[in-house]
Amino acid sequence: MSREAPESLSGAQIVVRLLERQGIRTLAGIPGGAILPIYDALSASKLIHHVLARHEQGGGFMAQGMARATGRPAVCMASSGPGATNLLTAIADAKLDSIPLVAITGQVPRAMIGTDAFQEVDTYGLSIPITKHNFLVGSAEELLQVIPRAFQIAASGRPGPVLVDIPKDVQNQVVEVAEWPAPGGADPLPPPAADLISRAAEMINGAVRPILYLGGGVVHSGAAAAAVALAEKASLPTVMTLMALGAMPVDHQLSLGMLGMHGARCTNLALDECDLLIAVGARFDDRATGKVAGFCPQAQIVHIDIDPSELDKIKTAHVGIAGDVGAVLQRLLPAVDGARREAWLARVATLKAEHPLRTPGIDDPRTPYGLIRAVADCLDDEATITTDVGQHQMWVAQAYPLRRPRQWLTSGGLGTMGFGMPAAIGAALAEPQRTVVCFSGDGSILMNIQELVTAAEEGVNVKIVLMNNSSLGLVFQQQTLFYGERIYASKFKGMPDFVRVAEGFGVPAIDLDGVSDPRAALAAALSARGPMLIHAGIEMREQVLPMVPPGAANKDMIGG
Amino acid sequence: MNSLTRTENQALARAVLELDVNNHAGVMSHVVGLFSRRAYNVEAILVMPVGNGQTSRIWLLVNEDERLEQMVKQVEKLEDVLAVRRHGAEHEVFIRLEEFFR
Repeated sequence: MSREAPESLSGAQIVVRLLERQGIRTLAGIPGGAILPIYDALSASKLIHHVLARHEQGGGFMAQGMARATGRPAVCMASSGPGATNLLTAIADAKLDSIPLVAITGQVPRAMIGTDAFQEVDTYGLSIPITKHNFLVGSAEELLQVIPRAFQIAASGRPGPVLVDIPKDVQNQVVEVAEWPAPGGADPLPPPAADLISRAAEMINGAVRPILYLGGGVVHSGAAAAAVALAEKASLPTVMTLMALGAMPVDHQLSLGMLGMHGARCTNLALDECDLLIAVGARFDDRATGKVAGFCPQAQIVHIDIDPSELDKIKTAHVGIAGDVGAVLQRLLPAVDGARREAWLARVATLKAEHPLRTPGIDDPRTPYGLIRAVADCLDDEATITTDVGQHQMWVAQAYPLRRPRQWLTSGGLGTMGFGMPAAIGAALAEPQRTVVCFSGDGSILMNIQELVTAAEEGVNVKIVLMNNSSLGLVFQQQTLFYGERIYASKFKGMPDFVRVAEGFGVPAIDLDGVSDPRAALAAALSARGPMLIHAGIEMREQVLPMVPPGAANKDMIGG
Repeated sequence: MNSLTRTENQALARAVLELDVNNHAGVMSHVVGLFSRRAYNVEAILVMPVGNGQTSRIWLLVNEDERLEQMVKQVEKLEDVLAVRRHGAEHEVFIRLEEFFR
């Protein structure tokens, strides 16, 4: 607590002051009746820049973009009722990907709660299963504990979203504030158990065919360098989940890239042969493991995770270590022997040579892989890449040369179409020096298209690469492969003119289909400052391959 | 559960969970929500404040299945849950309550 001259402040003013004290300088949201006192107080803040989203879900994803790019909790705001319900998808998305978020919602006055008042909804009840924790604030005084606590919970241990629902009368309630609480930050964690570290080291030292399996927790923990160091010292071929891409540069000689449903065959086949799997900050998601019984069937498992409930959840670990993965890796590194593992690395090299990821058309910018490569050729590792959800997301995950942790922002667990563009806006707001590229599809972009005007208004350096195949591509692909080619409800009959749509929102746009030199057009578009939409037509029948059919084991891939 | 005898209780392989929690509105929702989202039925619930009423104790009677260990870990993660203790079906808390359910 810090002592200052006592002040009479409203709950709304207290919220704004606490956010300032947390170091929040940008937040996204939409005002409405039940949160107007906070917005009134916000208007007096000289420190906080409020970004006016055009849909609360967009605001939620902008906050996610800020949090994912920086690793620090970010804030979004919404009014009661529909404002709060519109925010829910972005909160659920943050929960599944362990993103620190503080969502602040207005609520009807306490005396009207439970009366079906105008724009009243049970925000507290609705948000219980999709938040790490939530609060319904009962008095202005309580805000002094709740707001710092919300940040503390969001950032501590396994990060996640926290919702604070504040009734309007609490926002208006005036109280004397003499002491300010310290800003809420991540709690220190107890050091990992030394005996478990030695057992894990023994298993790594004794393994013949080990594989290191990195998940999003490695990125969250800032442990990418430690993970690469472990891989290099012990010669561990390394696979990454969708969430971990960038943790090890994809062109590192030990990298096997992404595992799972759309991983390369060599990656899944190497996992099939491994005798030790070292899972670090990964949760054995079904898209990564395929049929669990067929995942690494010969392997013993070392599982390191900050969340004890992840250990033994899907696969029983032979050694399970609960702890911050960065701290565990730091202690593990001196305990493992330097090893060359020539035979295993040679076997992995053979698998890579025989079953590489096939990227047809990579030299032709008018194909999916070729377009992605052409975009990458215009940028360096300082660029941030976001995606929406669908075929384009998987193609980018497979083919973009990701080399930096937090370079890659994608909706993994919830798989939310509509994530990419607002997340890119948030990332660009948090790190304005970077170019932020959002790969999207014609299905996904329409789910938060309204945020184009926010991008224009803020002048953010966001480049949207819209891969348009006039369909819900992954649905089309699954119907083609697994539903007897009965294509239903996945082909769009009406198609907006996306160039004119973008221009109508105030965002300049180009159509790569209509230019003679797409590489030159891309280079020019990506080097200009400010928002830009780059439209590129994609053949509808293009598929993401290889693919593990739903329910199959990872070694039984089709295509590619 | 009212008609179950002590032996029947054990035969069904039930478990009794004892939770120390903060006592405020919504805590029970957090706890039971973890069970309901997994379609994991809670057979019996008992809650009373303890001491000065700052905290409560929740007793849950649940079927023992392979998900129980994960359930306990999930319950332990809740901010308002201070401690979780796991007992066997022979625990007396619900058995002694049976007379109120006749």
